[in-house]
Amino acid sequence: MKKVELTIKQQPELYLETENITPDAFAGKSADEIAALNVYEGNVTHKLGDFFSIAGTPGATAADTQIVVNGNLERVKWIGSRMTAGEVVVESSMDMYAGAFMAGGKLLIKGNAGHFTGLGMTGGELRITGNAGNYLGAAYRGDWRGMQGGVLRVNGNAGSDVGSFMRGGEIIIGGDADVHVGTHQEGGKIVVKGNAKSKVGGQMVKGEIIVFGTIDVMMPGFAHRDNVDLEVDGTKATFKRYEGDLGERHPKSKGAVVYGQLYIKQ
Amino acid sequence: MSKIITDVVCPFCGTLCDDLEVTVSDDGKKLIDVSNACAIGAMKFLHSQADDRLTKPRMRNEDGSWRDVSYEEAADFSAKMLANSKKPLMYGWSSTNCEAQSVGSTIGELIGAQMDNTATVCHGTTLIAVQDVGVPSCTLGEVKNRADMIIYWGGNPAHAHPRHMSRYSMYPRGFFTAKGHRGRTLVVVDPRDTDSASIADIHLKVEQGRDYELLSALRVAFRGEVLPDVVAGIPKEKIYEVAEKMKKARFGVIFFGMGVTQTLSKNHNIDIAIQVTRDLNEYTKFSIMPMRGHYNVTGSGEVWGWQFGFPFCVDLSRGFARYNPGESSSNDLLVRGEVDSVFVIGSDPGAHFPFGSVKKMNEIPCVCVDPHITPTTVVADLHVPVAFVGVEVGGCAYRMDSVPIETHKVVDAPEGMITDEEFLNMVLERLQKIKGV
Amino acid sequence: MAEYIVKNGFVVDPTLGVNCEKMDIAIKDGKIVETTELKSPKTIDASGMIVMAGAVDVHSHSAGPKVNVGRNFRPEDKLNYYKAKSGVKRMEAGFSVPTALSSGYIFARMGYGFVMEAAMPPLYARHTHEEMRDTPIVDEAALPVFGNNWFVMEYLKNHEIENVASYIAWLLRVTKGYGVKCVNPGGTEAWGWGMNCVTPDDPVPYFDVTPKEIIKGLIEANEYLRLPHSMHLHSNSLGEPGNYQITIDSLKCAEGFKANSDFGRDQVLHHTHLQFHSYGGESYGSKEFESKSKEVMDYVNGTDNITFDIGQVTLDETTTMTADGPFEYHLSHMNNLKWVNKDVELETAAGVVPFIYNPNSFIGVAQWAIGQELALLTKDMTKCHITTDAPNAGPVHRYPRVIKWLMSLKARNQILDDCKYGDSVRSQCYIGEIDRELSFYEIAQMTRVGTSKCLGLSHMFGSLKPGMEGDVSVYAYNPETDDDPEKIEHAFGNAKYFIKSGELIINDGEIISNGHKRTFWVKPGMELTAQVNRDVTERFKKYYTVTQNNYEVKEHHYVPNPYVIEVNAA
Repeated sequence: MKKVELTIKQQPELYLETENITPDAFAGKSADEIAALNVYEGNVTHKLGDFFSIAGTPGATAADTQIVVNGNLERVKWIGSRMTAGEVVVESSMDMYAGAFMAGGKLLIKGNAGHFTGLGMTGGELRITGNAGNYLGAAYRGDWRGMQGGVLRVNGNAGSDVGSFMRGGEIIIGGDADVHVGTHQEGGKIVVKGNAKSKVGGQMVKGEIIVFGTIDVMMPGFAHRDNVDLEVDGTKATFKRYEGDLGERHPKSKGAVVYGQLYIKQ
Repeated sequence: MSKIITDVVCPFCGTLCDDLEVTVSDDGKKLIDVSNACAIGAMKFLHSQADDRLTKPRMRNEDGSWRDVSYEEAADFSAKMLANSKKPLMYGWSSTNCEAQSVGSTIGELIGAQMDNTATVCHGTTLIAVQDVGVPSCTLGEVKNRADMIIYWGGNPAHAHPRHMSRYSMYPRGFFTAKGHRGRTLVVVDPRDTDSASIADIHLKVEQGRDYELLSALRVAFRGEVLPDVVAGIPKEKIYEVAEKMKKARFGVIFFGMGVTQTLSKNHNIDIAIQVTRDLNEYTKFSIMPMRGHYNVTGSGEVWGWQFGFPFCVDLSRGFARYNPGESSSNDLLVRGEVDSVFVIGSDPGAHFPFGSVKKMNEIPCVCVDPHITPTTVVADLHVPVAFVGVEVGGCAYRMDSVPIETHKVVDAPEGMITDEEFLNMVLERLQKIKGV
Repeated sequence: MAEYIVKNGFVVDPTLGVNCEKMDIAIKDGKIVETTELKSPKTIDASGMIVMAGAVDVHSHSAGPKVNVGRNFRPEDKLNYYKAKSGVKRMEAGFSVPTALSSGYIFARMGYGFVMEAAMPPLYARHTHEEMRDTPIVDEAALPVFGNNWFVMEYLKNHEIENVASYIAWLLRVTKGYGVKCVNPGGTEAWGWGMNCVTPDDPVPYFDVTPKEIIKGLIEANEYLRLPHSMHLHSNSLGEPGNYQITIDSLKCAEGFKANSDFGRDQVLHHTHLQFHSYGGESYGSKEFESKSKEVMDYVNGTDNITFDIGQVTLDETTTMTADGPFEYHLSHMNNLKWVNKDVELETAAGVVPFIYNPNSFIGVAQWAIGQELALLTKDMTKCHITTDAPNAGPVHRYPRVIKWLMSLKARNQILDDCKYGDSVRSQCYIGEIDRELSFYEIAQMTRVGTSKCLGLSHMFGSLKPGMEGDVSVYAYNPETDDDPEKIEHAFGNAKYFIKSGELIINDGEIISNGHKRTFWVKPGMELTAQVNRDVTERFKKYYTVTQNNYEVKEHHYVPNPYVIEVNAA
């Protein structure tokens, strides 16, 4: 795998939109061609080279390209969005839309990620060593197809609206999650290793939510069915199993109604 | 001598009453009296007659004092500010007509602005919910002619929309509702003891911030599933009882206000209230409608809808329209430092935005177009007073049920004053010159 | 105004009896003229290209309240589908529901000069006009809906045709409407109580008239008023398996009526999106559902007073929207997607639901097949019009794809071969038995001659005869050398040149002007009868929530560039 190293050399006055920082956009290009890619600050179009110094060369394909981004990226959006293959390592916290609509490859953020991280993601691996903002792995506005595949792992805490309209894939949060986990969830799995606030699994059709800590107010549409032993992300424990949302529509499979599954560690 | 103008449309709230009568002096210069309006609406008309009204634009001096300038100078300043910005925010648009909004769109497109309206702090969450689950709704006349169950959730129409109950929901006698209020059941859901709640047949005093849970519980009850003993402070027996009443209504409607749109769960409250309504259509006929605030906030969303495809939080910076509240919403833009100038028209964010946002407005160049002196004009570098829409100039406005009604001019504006639309056109002409198009 | 000569193209114009013949077309002062009348024209070189009159669309939903609902509640429809502003051309967005601005550009790129907005709720007429005003280039008009209107139903209870006509005349004047649309007659009013009228004989709750009486009454009133267009019908039970007999029963309502109009049409009934109404079987299952296009067309081909448009399914993700409120409710329960409903006092309702026509499903492809069959089984192509009931059966920008399928058996077979249920569709529908391929001449009959005649506009549009509107479309397809269905689709979606009312709009594929669009409306001569005058006044006082004076749409702002067609009563 060939490596391109970017280092931010000038901070934007406002925020910078850099959806071109992906293995897909870099693959097969020379350093000059990469420097000539567009980045945007409000209504002004700049060149990537105006804000970043560029070292190394990419591979011929996205899959053969690794990008490392250095410096303070807290005012930079969209890194790794829509990437389909290859690797991106962000050596800093970054702003919104990391890995939005990502379909494949690996994206690692060494720090915090802003809102809408992994928005509408369909595949690949997205890892955040710090905290994530709101709408982690959620659907874009109006879309009933939220996260559909891939793995999204946050070591720290996540904001509100994790995994809204989730259809597939897996979200694992090492810390706590704010309100509204798995709203309208219809597939996939969300794991919260810390505590969840209220409104967990509201309007859930199917899929799984697993909470290691506490939920401060349960939704009324979840009924306790039984207790089960599970191994979740390397931890073996007994979980209380709930089904819901009983107020929501549910499909049938082989004659039986399929409910959303909510597990809370005993 | 005086004359009476009928069928006058009230430019105050989203109820958009169109049956006002206004008495004006024979020469059409003085507004003397307003009838049929609520107290707030009447005040809006009478306020235009205030003796101390500003009639000239004023610009901030270095020392913070004001100096009068001409509309030409004001347009020059505004155009330069917008042209020099990388990411200008053009905010408000809810207390002006669709004609002005349309000129605003042309400007916004030309300069790549962020366009947002007052829904951003009001019913924007409703718009998001509708994008997620749709909305079964109707015009207000359907409520008047058919409804036998009226629910106000998180709102106090007796104060905020004073004629709503008498014109449309509770009291009117309609085609299939000849008994008026005697044939209707009123339910109010509100943690507070409001004047609206005091006349309700059923008042559900929901625990604050738990509307989402209560609405969810209603859905569980519709399906005959088991509920916990108490949800959101309401005993389950009561929830089952209300759920049954809703199912048995002939035509029901839920009106909801900022008590649910801007409290914990925000768009999710509306989302699930819409699903409650959707569920009820399996048993009977039910509708749901937001109690939109400003008289033409709905129109702003409609105009941007057909011009850009989105009802608020429209980001035009890249030469095409994008949308994502949470990023392109005014308060996020201001607090995060995403914008470098603000142009306010037809709204008073100084009074309604959080302190952090207003502070930012004070730091960056700010123009405010407004007939009144407001908290926003306090932080503005330029204040452009204009004629009152619906009083001194007509134009289209959209009621809370999206019915478009043309407002009317009833008196002349003070001499020399221009309208929102005229001022925006002056700014547009200058911008076209600057941009060479 | 500049003069143009479109030189050396292969001209296709059934009104001239010209089929791919090399001819020059001259345009001056906004009109088609004899080439000898030009003084110093600009030349447009159309060698190797098809030249047709501007196309006329008979039925699409591109402006108005439910269209805007479709835009505003579907941000995801624009996420990956937008075009940046460029020169005079403004921003565009939306795959299935384009913005008003985008709509105008899409129609222009397809060479359309006139578009009929197919359903205008009268109470929202002002909104519809604001959108049409902001739709650049194409001339437009809108059809107000009457099939569930309280006035109409009350009068038809006693068969008071003169009163219905008087009310229609008044409503067209105050809403600046073009003609009479009827959607799910009676069923939408029943929906006010959550019910429906499933057959043409189901009485409407309370009003106690039947859909049949509404259809016949509106036809009769339409002819009484001598309107340019006929009654325009979306009959009961749209989309329901087994509905074809309901459709034929509804079409039979036209029997015994003859067109009474000075505008050149022959039909008294236009049935829209007939594809949705030509279903047999009892469910959507691949063993149950079947096409009844042949049965419906056997009836239609035998009549001389009915026209229709196909409502072709294009196998896309799209947005359905109709005044058929109960249908949209039903649809939302089939796909569990977001549902908007809007009931409109005294008049109508509307519903909006996103929908995915899956090209790999039996039902999607069967619906697709039925649309094709209707066109391919038509004898007189001027009676059959290309539509997608946009955006219901597919986005409007798919018209060129529909043309491709109709012209190419190969392209049709590809759809069937690519679908795993292709053989089921061949056995449950007629598509497998049909090898007809339409010609450019027939496409011009469907999209120019037939539609302009149907709307009563054949004196202005659909022809390149001198004196007609200067609407000319030039498509980069050489009928002598090209033989690729994909190229047909590309050519018809990307006009090389488009002249609208004598103004060059598209030059070498690029939009260079926003044109001077007009809004057409019809002003019937008939005055209010005393009875209708009293009823209107009373109902506004008692039941409407706007006053009568605030109901009327004034031209000044909403119809700034009107084209008024005055019609004298009998």
